[in-house]
Amino acid sequence: MSAGLHRRDVVKALLRDRGDILVVAGLGSSAWDCAAAGDHPLTFPLWGAMGSACMIGLGLALAQPKHRVLVVTGDGEMLMGLGSLATIGAQRPGNLAVVVLDNERYGETGMQKTHTAYGVDLAAAARACGFIKTRIIRKSAEIASMRSDVYRGRGPLFFQIKVEPDSPPLALPPRDGAHLSRRFREALLGRRAATR
Amino acid sequence: MPGKISSTRSSAAADWPAAMHRVLKSQRVRQISYVPDAGHKRLIELCHADKNMAVVPLTTEEEGMGLAAGAWLGGERAVLLMQSSGVGNCVNALTLAANCKFPLLMLITMRGEEGELNPWQIPMGRATPETLRLGGVRSFRLDHAADARATLSAAARFAFDDCAAVAVTISQRLIGIKSFQEER
Repeated sequence: MSAGLHRRDVVKALLRDRGDILVVAGLGSSAWDCAAAGDHPLTFPLWGAMGSACMIGLGLALAQPKHRVLVVTGDGEMLMGLGSLATIGAQRPGNLAVVVLDNERYGETGMQKTHTAYGVDLAAAARACGFIKTRIIRKSAEIASMRSDVYRGRGPLFFQIKVEPDSPPLALPPRDGAHLSRRFREALLGRRAATR
Repeated sequence: MPGKISSTRSSAAADWPAAMHRVLKSQRVRQISYVPDAGHKRLIELCHADKNMAVVPLTTEEEGMGLAAGAWLGGERAVLLMQSSGVGNCVNALTLAANCKFPLLMLITMRGEEGELNPWQIPMGRATPETLRLGGVRSFRLDHAADARATLSAAARFAFDDCAAVAVTISQRLIGIKSFQEER
């Protein structure tokens, strides 16, 4: 094992004892990481619509201001929706945190380098867009305070976590989108509200 | 002959964006996202002035698909305002509505129709109806201001009651032709 952070460990630490936090997982490895940490009705994993994870998080955060909302996604997915950082910055939802697992690669398509491998600084972009707190995280010692911010800190928060470009075993969440959205609404809103 | 009824109707028709705003309220739509179009100017202003609406300007139209999905997951209803050139930006994100049974309500002002003075608007305007159809979106055409309330009501009910992707396409004749001689 190398000294760097491993994505599965990071996500496991983030989602342990998760309470009623609402989670949106970007497509690909980030969704598998969330599934490996334990499939949960209040996790909405994406299998497509690349670039949409942060905006789904924003819609959810505006609709549920009393809940914490966490978007877990990858650097490639975040790059495709970079404009959403500006849209979130204009709204400044206090209950939204974005965690980017940055392996500097497109992990599902052959490990091609992403822009972050060439020095693009996503945390700086988030800061420039008005996120209240932004950090690049490289050490396991920083994970606990990040977790505390995700669950309690005033948002919008942005954490870019540099992780090893490893490919842990697949852990797939359910892939029926209608099932995923229905179970999320039932768990959050109750069975009756979910049908309206 | 113009009587009382028709004059009431014509004043309501003249303010079709206000009629749309009332429908959005009665349909409990709370999150309003947009990439602006001159044809949506008044509706955008009405929504910004409405304290019960969360108004979210977007950098690109496809962001509105994600926002509507997140709103629905959180128990709220959303609407997305754009012009027809934005439809092309949304194509892949339409999968959210198609796969996840999210309601998606879009109000689309048309460019590139008869009288268009900007030829660069024509290809996407011409492709808009088919693009929506291929993306699984049902379109309701709005040609006359007097129909705004009824058309949007039907579209919104279809979107939210059936969890469907629905667009109201608002004709360029209704919103007016951009003359490129407007006061600035």
